Amino acid sequence: MNSTSLWYATRASGIVALILLTLTMVLGLVTTSRPRARNWPGFAQQELHRRISIIAVVFVAIHVVTSILDTYVHIGWLAIVVPFTSPYSRFWVGLGAIALDLMVAVFVSSLLRAHLKPGTWRAIHWVAYASWPVALMHTFGMGTDSREHWVVALGALCVFAVSLSLAWRVRATAKRRASVPTITDHLVPLNRHVTTARTRGPL
Amino acid sequence: MSGMRIRIDPVACEAYGYCAELLPEAISLDEWGYPIVDDRPLHPELVALAKRAARDCPKRAISLREKASG
Amino acid sequence: MTPGVNPVGAVDNVHRLLGHPSDLKGHLDAHGPLNVAHGRDGSWQQDLVTSLEASGLTGRGGGAFPAAIKLALAQSAGPGGTVVVNAMEGEPASDKDALLLTRTPHLALDGAQYVAALCRAVRIVICIPIGRDSVAMAVNQAIMARARYRYAPVREEIVRPPGRFLTGEESALINWIESARPLPVFRPDKGAPLRIGRRQALVHNAETLAHIALIARNGAGPFRARGMTEEPGTSLVTISGDVKYPGVVEIDRGTPLWDIAVRSQPVEPVQALLVGGYGGTWVGPAHLGTPYAPIPLRTIGAAAGAGVIVVLGKTSCGLAESARIARFLADQSAGQCGPCVYGLPAIADDVAKLARGEGSGEDIVRLHHRLDQVDGRGACRHPDGAVSLVRSALAVFSSDVAAHGQGHPCPQWRKPTSLRFPRPVRL
Repeated sequence: MNSTSLWYATRASGIVALILLTLTMVLGLVTTSRPRARNWPGFAQQELHRRISIIAVVFVAIHVVTSILDTYVHIGWLAIVVPFTSPYSRFWVGLGAIALDLMVAVFVSSLLRAHLKPGTWRAIHWVAYASWPVALMHTFGMGTDSREHWVVALGALCVFAVSLSLAWRVRATAKRRASVPTITDHLVPLNRHVTTARTRGPL
Repeated sequence: MSGMRIRIDPVACEAYGYCAELLPEAISLDEWGYPIVDDRPLHPELVALAKRAARDCPKRAISLREKASG
Repeated sequence: MTPGVNPVGAVDNVHRLLGHPSDLKGHLDAHGPLNVAHGRDGSWQQDLVTSLEASGLTGRGGGAFPAAIKLALAQSAGPGGTVVVNAMEGEPASDKDALLLTRTPHLALDGAQYVAALCRAVRIVICIPIGRDSVAMAVNQAIMARARYRYAPVREEIVRPPGRFLTGEESALINWIESARPLPVFRPDKGAPLRIGRRQALVHNAETLAHIALIARNGAGPFRARGMTEEPGTSLVTISGDVKYPGVVEIDRGTPLWDIAVRSQPVEPVQALLVGGYGGTWVGPAHLGTPYAPIPLRTIGAAAGAGVIVVLGKTSCGLAESARIARFLADQSAGQCGPCVYGLPAIADDVAKLARGEGSGEDIVRLHHRLDQVDGRGACRHPDGAVSLVRSALAVFSSDVAAHGQGHPCPQWRKPTSLRFPRPVRL
C-alpha cells in the first residue's frame, strides 16, 4: 500500500466513522423510559445502537491504523492513546486521541457491565457522549477535507441531527418528570392537619 | 413443578418496556407501563428470550431464578 | 421484695406492660436485676430461647412473626451485630410505642439487652422519629440513669430518623441508619438477615422487646396465663376516632374487637372499626365480635397489624375517610416503584371521586382493576396495605358505594375528619 492510498483510507474511514458515531448518538439519545409509543420496538433500537457503535469502532480502528502506517507524516502509536503527544498536528490529533480513549472506555465498560455497579457504567457512558463533539472538532481541525463543500454540509447535518436528538431527550425527560403524580388541591375536604405538600421521594 | 421464573426488581425498574416487547408471553404492562410478570414457570423455549430480556434491561432489573413452586 | 435478688416471679406475677414504675430504681424493685449472662456458657441463651418459644410471643410491630424463630435465626447469623429498637410508629393512629417508652422505657431497653446478649450484639440503637421529642427525652433520661449505674452491659444510643410512614419499615430503617436514605429495599429473600455494614442488624418493635424482658425474667407462665391458648399474652392497642377517651389500652389477646372499642366510649353508634392501622382493613357491624387474634381476624380478611383500632361513628362517611387515608398513603410512598408511585395516587383519585359522588359504575370497575394491578407489586408492602384498606372500604361500605356511585353521596362526606394525620415531614 503506498502512502497515497493509505491517506485516502484514513480520510474515508474517518468520515464514515463520524457518520456512524453520529448515528450511534442519535439512536442512544432518542430513548426514554416509560415510552408512550408502544408501536416502536425499543429493544430493537437499543440493539441497533449497540451494533452501529461496534461498526463505528471498526472504522475508527481502520482510520487509526492507516494513519500510523502512512509514513508521510509521523504520528506514532503512542500518540493514538496519549493525547497531545503527536509530532504532527499535535492539538488536532490529540483531540482524536481523546475521542478514541473515551470510546475505548465505553466499549470496555460495556463488555464488563455485569461486573460493574450500575452507577459506574452509566457514568462512563454519559462521559463518553463527549467523544462525539471531540471527534467532530478533530475532523474539521485536521483540515484535510474540511474545506470541501460536501464535507461541511455533512458536518452540519451531523450537528443538526445530534442537536435535535438532544433537544428531544431533554424535553422527553422533563415531560416524564412532570408526569409523576403530585398532590393537587384538596379533592376531599381535609382536616387542617393533613399535608398538602407532595413528597415523592428524595430523588 | 419447578422451572425458571422471572423476577423483576421493582425499585430498579423504570418502565422501559423492552422486556414486554421481547417476552409478551410472560410479561405484560400495566396502564403506567410497568411490568406484570406471569408467575408460572417459563416454557423452556422462552428461556433464551428471557435471558436476553434480562441482559437488555437498561436498569438491570430482571433476574432469572430456578424455583420450585410451593 | 429485696432489690438485687432475682425473683422467680414478678411481684404480683401477672404479665403486663403498663402500670410499672418509670424510674430505674422502681423498675429494679419491681422486676429484679437485669441478670444477663454475657459469658461463654450457652445454657442461659438456650433457656431464654426455650422460654420465648414456650411463650408463643409474636412480633407486635405489624409483622406478627414468632419471636423465638426470629431470634434463633439471628443467633446463627453471628456476633457483633446491632439491635435496633423500632419505635418509629409510622401509623398516625398509633401511640402505643410512644406511651410505652415514655412510661416504662426500662422494659423495652431491657428487652433489647436480652436480645443483644442472646445474639452477641455489640450495640443497641433506639429509633425515635423526629417529632416525638417527649419520647426521646424520656428514653434519654432512662439511658443516662442506666449508664450512671452501669446497669446496661451493651451500649444504648438514640437516633432520630425522619418521621415518614415508611421509615419504620425494617429495611428502610436499616437503610437510613446505613446511608441516611429511609427507603425500603427490595428483599425477595425475606429470610436473609438485614445488615449494617457486614454485621447483622436485628430490628424489633419496642413493645415486643418489652414482652421479651418480662418473659426473660418470669418465664413463659405469666405471659401464657393471659390471652388465649392459641394466641397468648397481651397487646397494646391505640383506640381513636369517634370516641370520648382516645388512648392506649393493654388487652388480652383474643378480646373481641367490640370489647376493646367500648373501653374508649364511642360517642355514637358505631358504623365500622378500622383495624390494624391505615394500611389495615375496615370491619363492619357483622364482625365486631371477632376476637383480636391473627387467625380469627384472618377469616374476616383482617389482621391485627400495628395495634390500632379506629372507631367510625354513624355520622361519618366511610368512603370520605377512606379517601383521605388513601391520599395519605399515596403521599407516603417512598417513590421507588412504579405501581406505587402511579397506582396509589390513581386509586386515591378514584376513591375521592366516589366520595364526592362523582364516580360512576365504570369508575368503580376501573378502581377494582387498579387494586388488582397494584397489589403486591412494590418492593415493600405499602401498596398492599393501601389496596387492602380500599378493598375493605368498598366491601364494608358497599351500600354507600352504590349510592355515591349513582350520584347520591351521603351528606356526611363533607364532615371534617375524625382521623388523625400528621403534619408534613420532608425527607
